[in-house]
Amino acid sequence: MKKTVLHDVHVKLGAKMVEFAGFHMPISYTSITDEHMAVRQKAGIFDVSHMGEIIVTGAQATDFVDYVFTNNVRSMTANQVLYGMFCEPHGGVVDDLLVYKVNDEHYYLVVNASNIEKDLAWLHKQNSFGVDIIDQSESTSEVAVQGPLAESMLQKTTDYDLSTLKFFTFDDMVVYDHDVMVSRTGYTGEDGFEIYGDHEAIKDIFERLLADHEGLMPCGLGCRDTLRFEVALPLYGNELSKDISPIMAGYSFAVSFDKGDFIGKEALLKQKEDKPAQRVVGLEALDKGILRHGYEVYSGDTRVGHITTGYIAPTTGESVAMALIERAHAKKGTELEVAIRKRRVKVIVRNKKFHDKNTKQ
Amino acid sequence: MKTPKDLYYTETHEWVKVEDGFAFIGITDYAQDSLGEIVFVELPEENEQVNQFEEFAAIESVKAASDLNSPVSGVIVAVNEELEDNPELLNEDPYENWIIKVELEDETEINKLMNAEEYKEHCE
Repeated sequence: MKKTVLHDVHVKLGAKMVEFAGFHMPISYTSITDEHMAVRQKAGIFDVSHMGEIIVTGAQATDFVDYVFTNNVRSMTANQVLYGMFCEPHGGVVDDLLVYKVNDEHYYLVVNASNIEKDLAWLHKQNSFGVDIIDQSESTSEVAVQGPLAESMLQKTTDYDLSTLKFFTFDDMVVYDHDVMVSRTGYTGEDGFEIYGDHEAIKDIFERLLADHEGLMPCGLGCRDTLRFEVALPLYGNELSKDISPIMAGYSFAVSFDKGDFIGKEALLKQKEDKPAQRVVGLEALDKGILRHGYEVYSGDTRVGHITTGYIAPTTGESVAMALIERAHAKKGTELEVAIRKRRVKVIVRNKKFHDKNTKQ
Repeated sequence: MKTPKDLYYTETHEWVKVEDGFAFIGITDYAQDSLGEIVFVELPEENEQVNQFEEFAAIESVKAASDLNSPVSGVIVAVNEELEDNPELLNEDPYENWIIKVELEDETEINKLMNAEEYKEHCE
């Protein structure tokens, strides 16, 4: 199993470790709920060094990234970050990712750890643009500092005025005494930053931030998932997959039909116009029980979908889920049932955003 | 990790305490620690039959659901209903908070379980 540069730090902090995407990663240090609430109310720090980083350079880098990515790369300015997907011609998702624009001939792509190899192979297959595609994942580490106090904590470590760094932009800066790249992005629904650098820099920043800030909690992948879930951010493999397109999942804001041709455009446009056969919706349990990933959803005796992610939402205490449901049963207020072991639990369709984001716009 | 000497244990991390022909059944310290915060217990009904090493309840942490298997066979004579509203009691004291009480069908089934020493080794 692969280890991040922070592996031994996690073990020393007493983290419960699990296998995730081939890495030995912390699921939590104390409790998922405490870590979750720390990010909502104060700040938490995450080791996300397992993520993949791919650099695309070349004279036609803009044309290439715009062709493989669903969102509008030509509209990006330098130092901007954009969320979107790689899609197959039929509209299924290869991966969802962030695109960082350094300049017209240089882009930095941050992809899911479990998809790095697949993404690289897929990108090379599309490369009739003569661009260079370089995998930097092995030499890059990443930490995320997330929560309402993230800015004030990180500001103490750098001369860069973080109040000028807008949501979904990035810049190079010195944090402590390390040259790193910092973006105002995250996967929690809170304000915060993601910091990319070489292994030793990131390890030192993680340890020093924790030592310098009593209110900063080390957070594992457990609460990373509950945090993103509450604000309806998708997880590849759950809400997005080769069978669940961004239109079905309700993330059409990340698909730009106003731009030139891109892989999957025709299929996604048709889905949008015809309305997709299935949609990702929110569900709330009306009986006791927790709706877990993979559980089947029924209307009477007819199976109408499955749960993509479900929890008792730590912030609200509600038993809720996101689920892929046939369109005829996906209207808000529809009552359905979920099979939990030998029981059937009544659920009602509702908006899938269970908690409002608190990011800086 | 606590492993009381007067209990018997299953490989799937349940404990049983035998008293006057009745068996109190719960989860071990190791189980509650690996599960993390327990947020829901799906309890069986009184008078249901349980069978040795077969599922009798489900327990849910923030992260996942797990089945509980009964260490012994018999009819359920009591269910710890306090766990419905306070499932976290299983984290706080897994040995004090039994989950079901069963009228023992066959005391020799205990021979198929582990004692404290054997269970400790099993967890290592």
